Amino acid sequence: MSDSTIPYGRKTQRPSPVKEVHILWITAGLGCDGDSVSITAAMQPSIEDVLLGAIPGLPKVHLHNPVLAYENGDEFMRFWYEAEAGRLDPFVLVVEGSIPNEKIKKEGYWAALGTDKDTGQPIPTCDWIQRLAPKALAVVACGTCATYGGIHAMQGNPTGAMGLADFLGWKWKSKAGLPIVNVPGCPVQPDNFMETLLYLLYQVAGLAPMIPLDEQLRPTWLFGKTVHDGCDRAGYYEEGDFAQEYGSPKCLVKIGCWGPVVNCNVPKRGWMAGIGGCPNVGGICIGCTMPGFPDKFMPFMDAPPGSSLSSHLIKPYGALIRTLRKITQNTVNKETKWRHPEPPLTTGYRPKTY
Amino acid sequence: MSVATSRQPSMSTDSRKLVEMSWDPITRIVGSLGIYTKIDFDRKEVAECFSTSSIFRGYSIFMKGKDPRDAHFITSRICGICGDNHATCACYAQQMAFGIKPPPLGEWIVNLGEAAEYMFDHNIFQDNLVGVDFCEQMVKETNPSVWTKAQQTPAPNADKHHFKTIADIMTALNPFTGEFYREALQMSRMTREMFCLMEGRHVHPSTLYPGGVGTVPTVQLFTDYMVRLMKYVEFMKKVVPLHDDLFDFFYEALPGYEKVGQRRILLACWGSFNDPAYCDYTYKNMSAWGRKMFVTPGIVVDGELVTNDLVEINLNIRILLGSSYYDSWENSEMFVKQDPLGNPVDRNHPWNQTTIPRPQKRDFKEKYTWVMSPRWYDKRTKSHLAMDTGGGPIARLWATALAGLVDIGYVKATGTSVKIYLPKTMSLPEVEFEWKIPKWSNAIERDRARTYFQAYAAACALHFCEKAMAELHAGNTKTWTEFKVPEEAIGCGFHEAVRGVLSHHVVIRDGKIANYHPYPPTPWNANPRDIYGTPGPYEDAVQNTPIFEENGPGKFKGIDIMRAVRSFDPCLPCGVHMYLGKGKTLETRHVPMFGAHG
Repeated sequence: MSDSTIPYGRKTQRPSPVKEVHILWITAGLGCDGDSVSITAAMQPSIEDVLLGAIPGLPKVHLHNPVLAYENGDEFMRFWYEAEAGRLDPFVLVVEGSIPNEKIKKEGYWAALGTDKDTGQPIPTCDWIQRLAPKALAVVACGTCATYGGIHAMQGNPTGAMGLADFLGWKWKSKAGLPIVNVPGCPVQPDNFMETLLYLLYQVAGLAPMIPLDEQLRPTWLFGKTVHDGCDRAGYYEEGDFAQEYGSPKCLVKIGCWGPVVNCNVPKRGWMAGIGGCPNVGGICIGCTMPGFPDKFMPFMDAPPGSSLSSHLIKPYGALIRTLRKITQNTVNKETKWRHPEPPLTTGYRPKTY
Repeated sequence: MSVATSRQPSMSTDSRKLVEMSWDPITRIVGSLGIYTKIDFDRKEVAECFSTSSIFRGYSIFMKGKDPRDAHFITSRICGICGDNHATCACYAQQMAFGIKPPPLGEWIVNLGEAAEYMFDHNIFQDNLVGVDFCEQMVKETNPSVWTKAQQTPAPNADKHHFKTIADIMTALNPFTGEFYREALQMSRMTREMFCLMEGRHVHPSTLYPGGVGTVPTVQLFTDYMVRLMKYVEFMKKVVPLHDDLFDFFYEALPGYEKVGQRRILLACWGSFNDPAYCDYTYKNMSAWGRKMFVTPGIVVDGELVTNDLVEINLNIRILLGSSYYDSWENSEMFVKQDPLGNPVDRNHPWNQTTIPRPQKRDFKEKYTWVMSPRWYDKRTKSHLAMDTGGGPIARLWATALAGLVDIGYVKATGTSVKIYLPKTMSLPEVEFEWKIPKWSNAIERDRARTYFQAYAAACALHFCEKAMAELHAGNTKTWTEFKVPEEAIGCGFHEAVRGVLSHHVVIRDGKIANYHPYPPTPWNANPRDIYGTPGPYEDAVQNTPIFEENGPGKFKGIDIMRAVRSFDPCLPCGVHMYLGKGKTLETRHVPMFGAHG
């Protein structure tokens, strides 16, 4: 193609300095694969948007996730060994599931992926993380199990489960200088995860600065607000109008909702395509994105300890506000008086021609 | 006393030239699955295999002492693709223990959510995970002659799905680039939106509670659901004939393909979708309300319906050890000696199980898995049957068809078949599909049943939508029933997870959980040899699966084994591994490495 036939726009586009990126996704923590399933629901962006190059400026992405991969067995594990040998570069390591403590027992394994060809024994997931994390451009913990331990790290658990940052260290940095990136949620909200991945790909392509993370290593733009901040039932709270039973459209804080203190954007974003969520659709917030989940929120269906005082205090204020609003609401529910079918015209216009 | 239910290897392994082949992990399932086999390439069959699991989490241990009301929130996290089935089943068990039932509208909303789950999950598994085993790229790599034949074979139902040849269907199934693959993925999102309308979030629901749902029933809720449902109904009118064409072609192109993944007909279904007009969640009425479910429970042995009585089904569940990393609980406490009807409850019943993990080295002659061996005790023959779920749909349709109880207009069980009626949609006229009881319990029929059950779930959802809107229009908007947690109680829940039987058993003491044992479908399918030496269903179905793949040992992909295993819809977030047993290994090869993936 001669120079004059190349579209002007293409000449002005800056290709990604990194041509290809691999995403190695370990689902073999103590988990349920719910985060992998969740990302297949994402539409902002969808997984095929990212893999088929539907977003400009990004490197070509190769995904190696056991739930979706074409390859099986050794064909699939090949990428793991290549990455370990430094021949799959660059790659982003995604970890799903809590990290068990393999040091608390004499033998055997709690979680494993693949088989050691020499011993015939399964290779513990912990070993894979230690082999691959130092080689990764970035390490992402996907879902609350991988970020903070989650359900499988509940009090009384037999495996000593923990989050990835507990395992690698909270100050751990990748070879590119990135901290662990935590995207919590049980499961992870589909678009929250794919958007974080998209951000990292922009960063790899030199199109975005260092990903902004809070102290718990969460992307700030996703986890900076509380459930309550984004909940469409917060108006009921303001008016001190609380649900006493499930199925009510009112604020759920007195029947178990932890929304006011939980960092999560789900009521605002919805679960997918703006549909679903938690307190906004009648489900109490059980704090599933939080480092203290689940123990600090159990029993889930009891009112959170702090909520009785705050909901008590707001009652007289809320009742007054509700009364005043009712008066105003009654007024605005009536049409203005000049809308009628009889003469004369009473809108304030004084016609001179009719 | 027990009777082994597997087909025995046709020859002693010592006298055969066997090649050890391994695939670990098996991808495109939920959970890590590995397969280690010995293959007789001369006779073109799999000789033997063992099944093992690589992850232990310990739900039944850490749930002890917790508030019983937390059970559904916690157990949802067992599974990342059918967590809501667990949450629902846990609520069923809690409702029995608490002595309550949800208001009818609450029950219909749960049924609508669960119907959406079947529509979503079977769809994504069938066409984005299993479908890849039948796609152009795979068939070209494993059976070039079949690909050639597919190009020359017109699709009999081309007028319905618009793919002219079988090869066109295969091309459309290529991962990510295939037209139908992407349409199915998009459809799996719309059905999840339907799910979220009813249960809040996928896959761990937010709006389910013991006693009903927190979902607010509005006119808009059902409008939003119904318009999506009718798009899915239109989609199914294309999808069922498409899969019939694809699966029938495999029987035609590869004579003998019915033997792939075939095993004795030992199908279990625990029933799905309770009818609020009958279901009161009491144990004493369970036999009656179980038979009113919109998917009938049943034990089907050799094609005969043994029972569809949920009490009998419950009492004969046995959890056996043999090859699993646990100590026996024979000296532990008996939590439930009698059921509420006075029947004795066995020590190996889930109500009386105590989980005592003992991590250890994997040894295929001794203990090799974290999965226990659930069995169903058949008192007629005094045998512990290794029942399977066939991935769910085949068992559900078979049990429902034989019982002949379901008749809701959109769906009718006839005794030998199930008729499914789908009304007119935007661009297609009404359709009636009929699923007929097949000749075999094998890979192809498990896969075919999955497609038909997608239509079945959609047809049920139409019925539930009508029922729910009738309640709404009548002003019956309550969706939840209040309760008190009793100090002492027992409960059980029976449901169908997407891929088959699901039960939850709870014992409450001092207002806390004293014992809790969920039994999802994959332990029924993926378990190891039990104490009597009876292999689990995967082990059984893969053994003696004939090999049709054209590649020799050097380039062998094991596609027929993959199809056999994936037909069960493996969903063990605990990994499952299959391994070869005894027998002299003459040659060992692993699947060779291939070039970098595109």
